[in-house]
Amino acid sequence: MSKLSVATGVALAAVLLFVPPFLKNYGVYLFSYWLVFVIATMGLNLTIGYAGQKSLGHAAFFGIGAYTVAILLKAGISFWIGLPLAMLGCFIVGLALGFPALRVQTIYLAFATLGFNTALWLVMRNEEWLTGGTFGINNIARPSLFGLELTSNLRFYYFILGVAVIMCMLLWKLLHSPWGKAFTALRDNPIRAESLGIDIQAYTLLSFAIGAVYAGVAGALFAPLVEFIEPAPFTVGASIMMYLMVVVGGAGYFWGPLLGSAVGVILPEWLRFAQGWYLFVFGTAVVLLMLWLPDGLLSIPDKLRARRQSRAASAARAAAASRIEVQP
Amino acid sequence: MTDFLQLLISGCATGAIYALAALGFTLLWQASGTINFAQGEFVMLPAFAMLGFMAAGAPLAVSFLLTASVAVIVLGGAFKRGIADPLLRHGLMPIVVATIGLAIAARNGVRAGYSAEAHPFPSLFADKLFTVAGVNVTLADIGTLAVALALVLGVQAFLSRTVTGRAMQAVAQNTESATVLGINVPRMIFYTFAINAVLACAAALLVTPTYLAKFDMGESLGTKAFFAAIIGGFNNSRGALLGGVIVGVSENLAAAYISPSYKDAVALVIFMVVILFKPQGLLGKKVERKV
Repeated sequence: MSKLSVATGVALAAVLLFVPPFLKNYGVYLFSYWLVFVIATMGLNLTIGYAGQKSLGHAAFFGIGAYTVAILLKAGISFWIGLPLAMLGCFIVGLALGFPALRVQTIYLAFATLGFNTALWLVMRNEEWLTGGTFGINNIARPSLFGLELTSNLRFYYFILGVAVIMCMLLWKLLHSPWGKAFTALRDNPIRAESLGIDIQAYTLLSFAIGAVYAGVAGALFAPLVEFIEPAPFTVGASIMMYLMVVVGGAGYFWGPLLGSAVGVILPEWLRFAQGWYLFVFGTAVVLLMLWLPDGLLSIPDKLRARRQSRAASAARAAAASRIEVQP
Repeated sequence: MTDFLQLLISGCATGAIYALAALGFTLLWQASGTINFAQGEFVMLPAFAMLGFMAAGAPLAVSFLLTASVAVIVLGGAFKRGIADPLLRHGLMPIVVATIGLAIAARNGVRAGYSAEAHPFPSLFADKLFTVAGVNVTLADIGTLAVALALVLGVQAFLSRTVTGRAMQAVAQNTESATVLGINVPRMIFYTFAINAVLACAAALLVTPTYLAKFDMGESLGTKAFFAAIIGGFNNSRGALLGGVIVGVSENLAAAYISPSYKDAVALVIFMVVILFKPQGLLGKKVERKV
């Protein structure tokens, strides 16, 4: 690991640990919100960045996670039972959604997942007996951990941070195991992967299911964070936003979601000074960013390295050429 | 029965408008591999442009022509040169995200710069009601259907009958062979973008009188166009028409006979069934997996 990445890591850890206590409530909330999206987009990054599947339905799993926890809490069932159930539910539905991926690819798959998201959103909006419809579910209580109440914003922030770190380490382990290699093989050349004995069907399904579990965890944290849920944060638009976050951060880069979510969650807040125009500025910024860095923000180091290497190579060429000329 | 026929006809009229947007969408995909997530906004922007020209005193027909020419330059040429060309060699993801960004910018630019309200839009057709065998049909429905149908068939005829059109199809089928045959590929692709822009203007002209001009009108329209394009067949231009009509009719019938709140679900179910069992669409050709 280079010195630069160690320094960046230390700086990031310092910011995540020590800055929030000095922020006002809204700042802490924004940090928590960001981390929730980091967890969700980490899963999406696995699905689209590493395994190369197209998914535009991630917010549906986010919603399943949030509603599972909220509905169970309302029924008097603890968050600690709700969370694993949310994860399990997302895993199963994720597997099921993976099945279209076995039949269709690329853009068709994107639209199949988009359709699934729309269907789920319709259910959330219309089935009032279960989800409260557009009135939503309010007064969602925050959980306690080992007898410690997590009701204050700051405490809940640290709880989310802890979960995010755990999820991050799990994903790191997964990607550096043979499974991780299988996922990238699936992305780069499915037919070759298959001929090498990788069960591409199983891995396609798993990439959806594991990605969905991450969204489920994020949703389970999101519900107690905002304390009120309704169908709006789980629309197709939200899925598209998550897709945008992954690609802007750098799909297939491990830390891409961290940056991408910051662009999707924190950048619009910074742009508030532009008032009514802030989303216009945001959209334009995304277009320009894509034109400048089609592979996302984290491709900057690669780009710099490539430029340095090509400069070194052309210098070497020039040197070699001048040596030839000198000889009589 | 009369209710049913009425719903069928008005569904066909809405569906034909979806077909216009869907047709442009599939043409772009075939010719250049561009997926345009701002397709709905490409309909919304001309609607506001026409309102702007009319506010400046131009009659509807003149403002349509002005808008169409501006759209060819901006939504056709500038979009191709500025966004599609540089991003297409990087695969699907950057262009998808860039057009999403474009959609967000367009929607909110109109909201902040013009208005967040819904604006009425003059109809092309007089407010007239026909009764044929007990079925009430408005002139607007018939007119919309006729104009949209004429446009779709016109584009079809252009693609299959004229030299330019056939060259465009050649480019869509195999860019390399088209180049070898001496076809000016970039120009043909530009024509596709221009046709898309004009179709979007026409869709705006037809849809806005009923849906009103609003900054977010493109959102649902864009989704419906996607659905229509996929149901009909993504690599088939005739499919867009079929898909559009299926979506328009089914949502109309579902709203009346099933439940208005699940109106969008029926098109969705058809869409999912098509994706699962005939992913190439009802009229599309199957694409083989390439190594």
